[in-house]
Amino acid sequence: MTAVEITLNVNGHDRPVSVPPRMTLVDCLRDMLRMTGTHVGCEHGICGACSVMLDGEPIRSCLMFAVQAEGHKITTVEGLLQSDGSLSDLQDSFWECHALQCGYCTPGMLVASESLLNENPDPTADDIREAISGNLCRCTGYQQIVEAVQMTAKRRREGASNG
Amino acid sequence: MKAAAFDYVRASSVDEICRLLADAGDEERKIIAGGQTLVPLMAMRMARPDMLIDINDVTELAGIHDRGDYISFGAGTRQRALERSDVVSDRLPLLAKAVRNVGHIQTRNRGTIGGSIVHGDPSAEIPLAALALEAKMVLRDLSGETEIPIDGFFEAAMITNIGPEQLMTEIRIPVWQGARVGTGFHETSSRQGDFAIVAAAAQVELGEDGKILRAVVSVGGAAPSPVKLHALEAALAGVSPDDVDALMTLVDEVINPDTDVHATAAYRQRVSRGLVSRAIADAIEETRT
Repeated sequence: MTAVEITLNVNGHDRPVSVPPRMTLVDCLRDMLRMTGTHVGCEHGICGACSVMLDGEPIRSCLMFAVQAEGHKITTVEGLLQSDGSLSDLQDSFWECHALQCGYCTPGMLVASESLLNENPDPTADDIREAISGNLCRCTGYQQIVEAVQMTAKRRREGASNG
Repeated sequence: MKAAAFDYVRASSVDEICRLLADAGDEERKIIAGGQTLVPLMAMRMARPDMLIDINDVTELAGIHDRGDYISFGAGTRQRALERSDVVSDRLPLLAKAVRNVGHIQTRNRGTIGGSIVHGDPSAEIPLAALALEAKMVLRDLSGETEIPIDGFFEAAMITNIGPEQLMTEIRIPVWQGARVGTGFHETSSRQGDFAIVAAAAQVELGEDGKILRAVVSVGGAAPSPVKLHALEAALAGVSPDDVDALMTLVDEVINPDTDVHATAAYRQRVSRGLVSRAIADAIEETRT
């Protein structure tokens, strides 16, 4: 098994990396690029902790090999931060609403929620539950996560109308 | 939970894919499209291909086209594209209902219609709907193209009748043109998006006399492969919608489920009958709206 030289575009930056074909995208992000914001849980597509965006759409990075991601734009939870490195409004809302306890599922929840808000600025609670239905959380019972996404959506809509 | 080593080729054309499959020799070469079934199997070492042939760059393998009496799907068309397609919701509402139950947004963004059918997971919704609707599949190898019916394609759990040298390129699903067509889809699972314990799909057309002109019905999750209920379909033709319930014993005669960690055989049997009954009732109701 020989390593393959690829270039991954992660959060807007081209990152050359050498990977064996069997390495999943999440392992490449964490172990090769040292971007440990994306978590890896079940490694077979059940838990959603490894969610990232591929060309703006949420996917499971444990179900894609890193070699397959060349030529696509990858957005990880690190890419949600504001340009000065501070938390995004969605991350702030998670904080305010206590939408996390242990934090294991949080990167995946943030990516899934941000993807939803990009597509639907005014989601119902059911829309939010559908969007995060592929992400397991064992701490919160999900209710605070739904509230955090609703809070973000509301603030963004108000911000848009005020601005 | 790491896949065994393999060689990786990003194919750029259908011909190249067929050539790579034909030249496999003693190697096991597998197609990867969405990878939503294959990669978990590889992670669990239930599949250990020597080579993966990535078909995602072959644009002609994706797309939805209305061909009049059928809808053509490139085998690599994403499930999310089906979900968002007006052609699918207008012309194949049964498939539209089924797709909403397939996995989650993250898996539908990658998973493809062809990948779902070609793997033949017993509880998968797309094979179930495609079987009910009597889809045809186009298989390609170096010698050319063959079109085969979906009935008979599912051999056993995760085993389908596609040769190691064949690539599925297209799925053709017939459209019912009648004015009084309705569809129904019901599923029971632990949570929305989880694997179906039992699922049922039905499409019904009523004639001008108000009786059932034709009906198709299939059940998934209750056997090693999705089952088309031929005897029930035949019995439904010509029957008044009020007399459907008496025919539901025909479900029990063909469904012979197994017990597993999720449900007992007796439960699956009972739920199969219930969900078939609801799917047909929904379909009949829909013809009236």
